[in-house]
Amino acid sequence: MLVELGAFALVLALAVSVAQAGLSIAARVRRSVTLAAAGEGAAVAAFFGVAVAFAALMHAFVVSDFSVANVAANSHTAKPMLYKVAGTWGSHEGSILLWCLALTGYGAAAAVFSRSLPRGLRALMVAAQGVLGVVFLAYTVFASNPLARLATAPVEGRSLNPLLQDPALAVHPPFLYAGYVGLSVVFSLAVAALIEGRVDAAWARWVRPWTLGAWSLLTVGIMLGSFWAYYELGWGGWWFWDPVENASFMPWLVAAALLHSAIVTEKRGALAGWTVFLALAAFSFSMLGAFLVRSGVLTSVHAFAVDPRRGILLLMILGLTAGVGFGLFAWRAPKFSPGGVFAPVSRESALVLNNILLAAATATVLLGTLYPLIREAMTGESISVGPPYFNLTFTPLMAALLILLPAGPLLAWKRGDAAGAVQRLWVAALIALGVGLAGYALISPRKAFAAAGLALAAWLIAGAAAELLERIRAFRVPAAESLRRLVRLPRGAWGMTLAHLGLGIFVLGACVETGWKQEIAETLPVGGSLEVGGYHLVLEKVVGVEGANYDAERGLVRVTRDGQPVCEAAPERRLYTAGGQTTSEVALCYRGLSHLYIVLGERRPAAEAPVWLVRGYWNPLATLLFVGPLIMALGGLVSLSDRRLRLGVAARRRVQPQEQPA
Amino acid sequence: MRARVVLAAIAAVFCMAAASDPAERLSDPAQEARAREIFQQVRCLVCQNESIDDSNAELAQDLRRIVRDQVKEGRSDAEIKRFLTDRYGEFVLLRPSFSIGNAALWLGPFLVVLLGVLLLLGRLRNRPAEPERELDAADAERLRRLERREP
Repeated sequence: MLVELGAFALVLALAVSVAQAGLSIAARVRRSVTLAAAGEGAAVAAFFGVAVAFAALMHAFVVSDFSVANVAANSHTAKPMLYKVAGTWGSHEGSILLWCLALTGYGAAAAVFSRSLPRGLRALMVAAQGVLGVVFLAYTVFASNPLARLATAPVEGRSLNPLLQDPALAVHPPFLYAGYVGLSVVFSLAVAALIEGRVDAAWARWVRPWTLGAWSLLTVGIMLGSFWAYYELGWGGWWFWDPVENASFMPWLVAAALLHSAIVTEKRGALAGWTVFLALAAFSFSMLGAFLVRSGVLTSVHAFAVDPRRGILLLMILGLTAGVGFGLFAWRAPKFSPGGVFAPVSRESALVLNNILLAAATATVLLGTLYPLIREAMTGESISVGPPYFNLTFTPLMAALLILLPAGPLLAWKRGDAAGAVQRLWVAALIALGVGLAGYALISPRKAFAAAGLALAAWLIAGAAAELLERIRAFRVPAAESLRRLVRLPRGAWGMTLAHLGLGIFVLGACVETGWKQEIAETLPVGGSLEVGGYHLVLEKVVGVEGANYDAERGLVRVTRDGQPVCEAAPERRLYTAGGQTTSEVALCYRGLSHLYIVLGERRPAAEAPVWLVRGYWNPLATLLFVGPLIMALGGLVSLSDRRLRLGVAARRRVQPQEQPA
Repeated sequence: MRARVVLAAIAAVFCMAAASDPAERLSDPAQEARAREIFQQVRCLVCQNESIDDSNAELAQDLRRIVRDQVKEGRSDAEIKRFLTDRYGEFVLLRPSFSIGNAALWLGPFLVVLLGVLLLLGRLRNRPAEPERELDAADAERLRRLERREP
């Protein structure tokens, strides 16, 4: 009964979204406040409809109602409750419903929290969100309805892939979708501004908070996925340039470019065309990602159910929405005012370079992901584009960007002082050089690229610190004055420092971990040992354990260093009886910021006693790989909490003809 | 020695060996390191987007053995790769070749950067230079006062 209620609510949400679009367009055309308010009410109602449907689906999972097709295909009575709940969004249909929930949620929020927008723009934005809602809800209701019933309910469900039964992966989709789909508001704002014909500093100010929120959540979502892959898949890898990973990375890169471009448009009125284009592109990449992941057109470990018909529908949705958006852009582009003048060395130029490099990086990832498809379509030959390609193209582009990064905030608007910036950064440059040389000379084995990466990370971190010190005029004014400035720094400044610092920390973790990690594998009997990273690992015993829905072999590994006990690890090898799948549960020993990563492989019979394949990894500074992005997301959220973003644009004050002496 | 052979045989039967498996390893660490580097560039053809270095599949294992044997024989990286592409096509290499067919792929990113930089330079050059205006006395005084007040 509840499921039928949910299904009805979903269709209702679709109908209300149509109303939302219609009412808001009528409101704009007839300049009616009442109609606009009705449109906003419809936006909120649509959200409640989808929320009811989502709650109904979650309830069906929680009580294991196998008469619902989605629950029967993806759940099992023996699954732990957390994963039953997470199963709600663990399949294609469920996750599309999550997408709609986020879309209508953001639509309602945009309608409610935009009091300071001019009425015409606001009505058009709500209308655009409504149209997006209609399109995706129609897709959900007609092409992948999660609340469809089965004629004969099975006694037991088919269970969820055990790789997906994991806390990090349970929360990864909600964060990811809150990120991707948040960019829809920016898309709607862009479409509205293009129809209105005015893209200016005020518009850019409204774009920024939505982009910040979506980008921060997307950062956390990607980090969670990467962390899951790191400890679940069993090889210590954290990024594979897999098409599905790339599909989430491209919107992130575009949103980062958009964030910076919006700042230029807001503060200087320049780059309006760039900002609108990026705003349209961000959500377009999100939709492209949805298409790539769900259509089966690219092979990936991570791909959802493969269904060409659904894929074609998603492609049509992408074509329609992106086509309209970019079509509007092409129509209105000649009308954009050229914006402010700026010198070749200035903050504007630095941010334009930032835009160019991020756009090139996005184009690289897109090209690498789609090229096998294109080549096969054109010549019939199939090729692979894997990590080696991205390492040779993406990495140099990013390196160029990261070298320029610390200089950007130190240049003034309109006419920057290159010599001044150099002067403020020379200490940071020396630190970076020193760290790089020390890394090369002192750490064995000697690796030039890893040491260069180390220098780059030090450059970013020292550069962020240098910028902060410059802002508070440290060492140039009395300490009390500097402290006063520090306390009164606007949150936006803190946000920027944290975000750039987080990036530097991530680069540090990435270069050190990739450059100097160690892997040792041995077949060990009980009592056998191996050495890795200076640690001594002994396989004390192996016991059989029974879990909620699996049987496992658990190894007890004692780790010592120079005779001192360090930790006891318990890696497992699990067999999930329901589906017959085997997984490895990695044991992680945290040693400061580094990880000892221990994997128990399969048992092999041998002459005297069985032996187990045990793999030990030493991953130096691996924690930074995940803490870095968290700090970046924190920076984004801190920036978002800046009061200045919530005030309306200041009205121009009349200049007094005569100023009173201070 | 015999135990090693038995282990290797059983490992082959169980099809669960991974690249770092001691049973598979070459005795010379330099050769083994070279082999591992090549593994990271060879695709596991029956897996969903993995290299033979990461995969547990039987085919991955066979390919690892073939590459290790050839490394031991002293063949160069290029020869080993050509051996594989002759049998499995370009699909087996994770790094696309530097050929005319892949020109768009390899040059694309740098062309985007070049285009962007050229557009930026064009924009900077075409802007008419704004004449610098000297501040008159009243404005100069206001500027001084504002600067003093700035926190």
